[in-house]
Amino acid sequence: MLKTLALGAALALTGLPALAEGEGHVTDYAFSFEGPFGSFDTMQLQRGLQVYTEVCSSCHGLSYVAFRTLAQPGGPQLPEDQMRAYAEQHEVFDQTLADGEGDFRPATPADRFPHSSLPNAPDLSLMAKARAGFHGPYGTGLSQLFNGMGGPEYITSLLHGYEEPPACAPEDFEGYYNVVFQAGGFPEECKNEEGEHTVPGSWIAMPPPLADGQVEYADGARNDVEALSHDVSAFLMWSAEPKLNTRKQAGLTGVLFLAVVSVLLYLANKRVWAPVKAGGRPLGADQR
Amino acid sequence: MSGVLHDDYVPTTRAEKWLERRLPVVSLLYGTLMIRTPRNLNWMWVWGIVLMFALIGQIATGVVLAMHYTPHVDMAFASVEHIMRDVNGGFMLRYFHANGASLMFVAVYLHIFRNLYYGSYKTPREVTYIIGILMFVLMMGIAFMGYVLPWGQMSFHGTSVITGLFGAIPFVGEAIQTWLLGAGAVGQPALNRFFSLHFLLPFVLLGLTFVHVWAFHTTGNNNPTGVEVRRSSVDEAKRDTVPFWPYFILKDFYALAVVLAVFFAIVGFMPNYLGHPDNYIPANPLATPSHIVPEWYFLPFYAILRAFTGDVWVVMAVDWITFGIVDAKFFGVLAMFGAIVVMALAPWLDTSLVRSGRYRPMFKWWFWLLAVDFIVLMWVGAQPAEGIYPYIALLGATYWFAYFLVILPLLGVIEKPTAPPASIEADFAAHYDPQTGGTKQFAGSPAE
Repeated sequence: MLKTLALGAALALTGLPALAEGEGHVTDYAFSFEGPFGSFDTMQLQRGLQVYTEVCSSCHGLSYVAFRTLAQPGGPQLPEDQMRAYAEQHEVFDQTLADGEGDFRPATPADRFPHSSLPNAPDLSLMAKARAGFHGPYGTGLSQLFNGMGGPEYITSLLHGYEEPPACAPEDFEGYYNVVFQAGGFPEECKNEEGEHTVPGSWIAMPPPLADGQVEYADGARNDVEALSHDVSAFLMWSAEPKLNTRKQAGLTGVLFLAVVSVLLYLANKRVWAPVKAGGRPLGADQR
Repeated sequence: MSGVLHDDYVPTTRAEKWLERRLPVVSLLYGTLMIRTPRNLNWMWVWGIVLMFALIGQIATGVVLAMHYTPHVDMAFASVEHIMRDVNGGFMLRYFHANGASLMFVAVYLHIFRNLYYGSYKTPREVTYIIGILMFVLMMGIAFMGYVLPWGQMSFHGTSVITGLFGAIPFVGEAIQTWLLGAGAVGQPALNRFFSLHFLLPFVLLGLTFVHVWAFHTTGNNNPTGVEVRRSSVDEAKRDTVPFWPYFILKDFYALAVVLAVFFAIVGFMPNYLGHPDNYIPANPLATPSHIVPEWYFLPFYAILRAFTGDVWVVMAVDWITFGIVDAKFFGVLAMFGAIVVMALAPWLDTSLVRSGRYRPMFKWWFWLLAVDFIVLMWVGAQPAEGIYPYIALLGATYWFAYFLVILPLLGVIEKPTAPPASIEADFAAHYDPQTGGTKQFAGSPAE
């Protein structure tokens, strides 16, 4: 579509500065929700929810997402009873219990996912949008515009971007070497005389969270690290932008409606101006 | 509406006569809609309507957003997420509003550059122009304060940087900065007052819009030839103009529909493209983003702000002459505001007697260089201040000032303009030759 056309233009124009300054390579994964007609894949969101629940949630929170939204259209669309059962697995602190002392109770659909349990682990609710530019404002722009690449591509790439640390790094350097992550620690030994990084990526605090076959899907879908990363990234895109399907529909309706209105106004305008352009007198007030 | 020919409203029915004697509101509307407008206005004259529509749209969406938003440092970010997730249609409202700001700036920059090319700022339209510049400055203030409200990382740290500019003013800067923020640093008082002002000022902008329209309805529109409507006789005036309704209303609405189709595509398919991803991270005073960049529409002026660093000789000279009162930081602030001030002075800096750039062979080149300069400044404003970028910014900023302060005054003296057509009617007829049934003719200049 537009994407492929524009990709050629982008390459010709800019050579895509994605790999400048030893930046890690973010792979342009295909997602079902890309493009004007894209929408979330319900089954993939359910698998992603499973990965989040079994793996990510042990450290990371999802505190802007309400449990009830798991059953809403355009999301994982869990059946009502499953969604309620899922919510009840979580405990929330309720200030109104125990005579205002507050106490824990099982979560209801109206409650939200818990906060991160590990203080250094960021909340994942908006991660797919907050990392759309990959590493701050400079990353946004061309690859996003021309390749449609954003947060989900980044998260997938990062989750299986773990590699053996390069030889230049000291054995005991803190963190885990990840070729995609940019904001982590970086050993002096791996910089050249100008202080430039000689290896891509940096050292991230999060240990490699996923392993091949770590999560067993009920539908028997592929579950190597790449597939698991891809599924959980799609889920995190939904958690960041739960109304994406509706938004794209609204956009399409708006564009089509305005296209029709434009044509009508174009014809009306042409018709009204025709006598004036032909050298005649304008309509209206002049005739009085 | 003195000076501009228009048909007077004549009440006919008894009810109309009754109302007209008590409140001539129909008369006012009639006079506004039927105003005689040069018939040769081209497609660059549509941006005013786009701006007016966008402003009303911003106010409409903004009022509803304000019903669901909480201006508190602990709740602002979450309340925006509440709008995005829980409020009916809230995600569309917010994306309309956020991208609507970009639409307004696209339109206002095209509007301003149209004005600069066709010399619309020249006498007798200086007041229209000055009010327009005031509206532009006000718009920038409103957009800036609006960007603070989501209370994301870029909101917080961007505000710290921009309000820090006031701190660069000698002697009183720090006091002014504290007074603006209501505290020593960006925090709850700043967020709350920016919300209040972000709600109020758009209505001031709307008021100024009416004054702006009133002013150019008094002088009449400029047009691509820069030749005034003939006013020696009613018949000649009518041959130069058409009534605003239906001719230009239809034309403007057609343009508006096309612009809105593009706008809807952006809102529907890539609503976050023009924003910064970092603003989806809640504000954290302790973690400064690695690169703080303003929204795209501020970048040209941000580039000018950063262009004048301490190692530029002009800055060093000013620093030395003023005994260090005007240091590099304050110089940058002065340059940024000065860039708008010199633009506002264009009516008095431009010495050419020919209004439209169409008939000024040398001016054209300098004008288009200014347009390119603006784009380059916008691009370089987003780049880090290292390597070659500061030199490009300095070059771009220098040209901006040179255009208004040196080139515009000089061109009027040294340039030999070509002859504009004798009348708007002649220009229009040359474009739409009556002999060929109104087909557009591209060849040659107007016959006279």
